[in-house]
Amino acid sequence: MIDGNAEQDATGHAVRPLIPVVVFPGSNDDRDAQLALESLGADAPRVWHTDEDLPAETAAVVLPGGFSYGDYLRCGAIARFSPVMRAVSAFADGGGLVLGICNGFQVLTEAGLLPGALRPNASLSFVCRDVALEAVDAASPFTSRCTEGQTLTIPVKHGDGCWFADDDLLAELEAAGQTGLRYASGANPNGSVGDVAGVLNAAGNVFGLMPHPEHAVDPLLGSVDGALILGSLVDAARLSLAASV
Amino acid sequence: MRATVLVRPKHGILDPQGQAVESSLRHLGFDVGEARVGRLVDVELATEDRDEALTQLSSMCEQLLTNPLIETYVVQLGDHVVTEAA
Repeated sequence: MIDGNAEQDATGHAVRPLIPVVVFPGSNDDRDAQLALESLGADAPRVWHTDEDLPAETAAVVLPGGFSYGDYLRCGAIARFSPVMRAVSAFADGGGLVLGICNGFQVLTEAGLLPGALRPNASLSFVCRDVALEAVDAASPFTSRCTEGQTLTIPVKHGDGCWFADDDLLAELEAAGQTGLRYASGANPNGSVGDVAGVLNAAGNVFGLMPHPEHAVDPLLGSVDGALILGSLVDAARLSLAASV
Repeated sequence: MRATVLVRPKHGILDPQGQAVESSLRHLGFDVGEARVGRLVDVELATEDRDEALTQLSSMCEQLLTNPLIETYVVQLGDHVVTEAA
């Protein structure tokens, strides 16, 4: 495992920011996200979808992968109305860091916290494999451990990962630097427009991506590039704590 | 009162399900153009007031039944199409 950034508190201990992982009925990557975040130096309690508040001291929130509420109607369409999402939206509106992975990304787009929408893969096949990604932007709180243009290998596993935005919206987002994580040339697994794999909101504090960084944090599983994304989040969460003291 | 909401992928949006249906129909020998696949939602409403029903249905479509970025909808009361959102 890659260790977290070892910034220390006054007593010499590394600060462990609190990054809750939301659990919806049907979430299935919450434990992997928890394990990955904790290995990277965060405390990552799982919080239930009926909770109306996030824990005090929350420094960032992760919405994990899975099939929330069976993904009925549209992926994420029902999860967005769960009580915890009101708290997540309020947290995001206040500038709090929110990361949505796969189904979490779908929930964030349905909730209007991220632009675009996720549609069935162009191939209609469920895709489950490592993909090559390009970190076009390394300045966001979710990619700060990457170098600009770095190629990352992180697995995807989804049936509805085809991110869509119309031409005008895509141009606007590209111009604003909000489409900083792309599938590498020729590696787009789902037909997303502009090869977009991850999208940032306008304020830069909410990010969603289809690949699963939490499945790529241990050399045993083939790649540790996911730790660059989650580690960036842990760093940013730690900085946000320092800023709020 | 019973209503039906027809949800369609917006024109110009890639519809891989529609494409799969289209190519299967051709494979079966049917001479078809484009096929698109949407969704149908039948709803029983408590109200018998037509205007109230339409107001509620529009609200349902906007809040939950459709994603306006990628879908359009048509509401039917009985056999008649009564509202359409482009």
